Amino acid sequence: MSKLLTSFDNAIERIEDGATIIVGGFGLSGIPEKLIIALRNKGVKDLTIVSNNCGVDDWGLGLLLENKQIKKMIASYVGENKLFEQQFLSGELEVELVPQGTLAERLRAGGAGIPAFYTATGVGTEVAKGKEHKEFDGRTYIMEKGIVGDFAFVKAWKADHFGNLVYRKTARNFNPVVATAGKVTLVEVEELVGIGELDPDDIHTSGVYVQKVLVGNDYEKRIEKLTTANA
Amino acid sequence: MKRQQILERAVKEIQDGMCVNLGIGMPTLIANMIPNDFNVMLQSENGLLGIGPYPQKDEVDPDLINAGKETVTAKAGASFFDSAESFAMIRGGHIDLAILGGMEVSENGDLANWMIPGKMVKGMGGAMDLVQGAKRIVVIMDHVNKHGESKVKKNCSLPLTGEKVVHCLITELAVFQFTEAGMELLELQNGVTLDEVKSKTEAEFTISPSIEIRA
Repeated sequence: MSKLLTSFDNAIERIEDGATIIVGGFGLSGIPEKLIIALRNKGVKDLTIVSNNCGVDDWGLGLLLENKQIKKMIASYVGENKLFEQQFLSGELEVELVPQGTLAERLRAGGAGIPAFYTATGVGTEVAKGKEHKEFDGRTYIMEKGIVGDFAFVKAWKADHFGNLVYRKTARNFNPVVATAGKVTLVEVEELVGIGELDPDDIHTSGVYVQKVLVGNDYEKRIEKLTTANA
Repeated sequence: MKRQQILERAVKEIQDGMCVNLGIGMPTLIANMIPNDFNVMLQSENGLLGIGPYPQKDEVDPDLINAGKETVTAKAGASFFDSAESFAMIRGGHIDLAILGGMEVSENGDLANWMIPGKMVKGMGGAMDLVQGAKRIVVIMDHVNKHGESKVKKNCSLPLTGEKVVHCLITELAVFQFTEAGMELLELQNGVTLDEVKSKTEAEFTISPSIEIRA
């Protein structure tokens, strides 16, 4: 049975207003650019988006901001985006800032059926306000909850028809944990291969987490900060 | 020039064989100053241990960036991993040293470096994880702000990144260490007097015996 779909629009058909969507990527690297564009085109509103960053003004998740589709953003760093600032200051956009490691672990926990965990990250800061504190072996920790999304958008390098995934370099970032944390996980890839063509030892994400696979063409892969030797 | 002095002192914190996380901004510049004969693995929290130099123009790869979103390379022996594993490394105490920028440091080792009330909040990124998880936290920053006010304070006035997390503070004037006993002035930068450090430091600190002798 193949999980391959050919239409990005069909893939997101069931996403409705108010959905929680977890999105992979770090900055603009490893973002599911085609799924984001399809969601922008569908125009669903009041979305809760969970992603490390929120794109830039005209690319990535910034496209959803531009279209005023996001009600709440859960992220660790949103500094690259002017639209974000405007909508936040005007009160249109609700923001929950989460330390990056806590965000990754909340997704990992959500995907692994762990409702909550304790971490030292954020103790003594605004992040700890209102959270349960507990001491283990003389050190104080706070409780953080796992995150599960209605949908997860993932970008991988290669997939087979079962949805086994391989990522490339630092474009991996949040994508493997995002893949585990969606009730429905949609994956877009640059290359589809046949079942058995990926060495089982090389697979980063097992297809068990993946519901649908799409192949994207002509990835833009925009670079936020081009830095070169001797520049 | 004062930035150079801070960086030159900061690089001495890095020892051969360490795994090190350099914060975004000024700390990133330390990467180029690590002695060539040292085998040091630099960690980038987006999922790379073993950051190499910036790429040649024809090597640029959008799938290979650092935590500052700059295009980089991976050096021999590098590894890639996902964000949860990256922070397992940090939070599990496997990173030997983190060198981070600061806005304020207090005499008990509190660090504020992520937000200024009234300004747009950009987010803490991985800073709160690093200060709790890395084995040693070194903060580098200017000693005073642009109004001449001390950034080395009795208590931080800005929202904290972590409480009692700083082990060492390096400014253009001095080097301090933080222990259970409190904050101690360890070194004066070249050409700086003890009186100048005292007058520009709001925090209370003790003075290392080696400095008392010189002064």
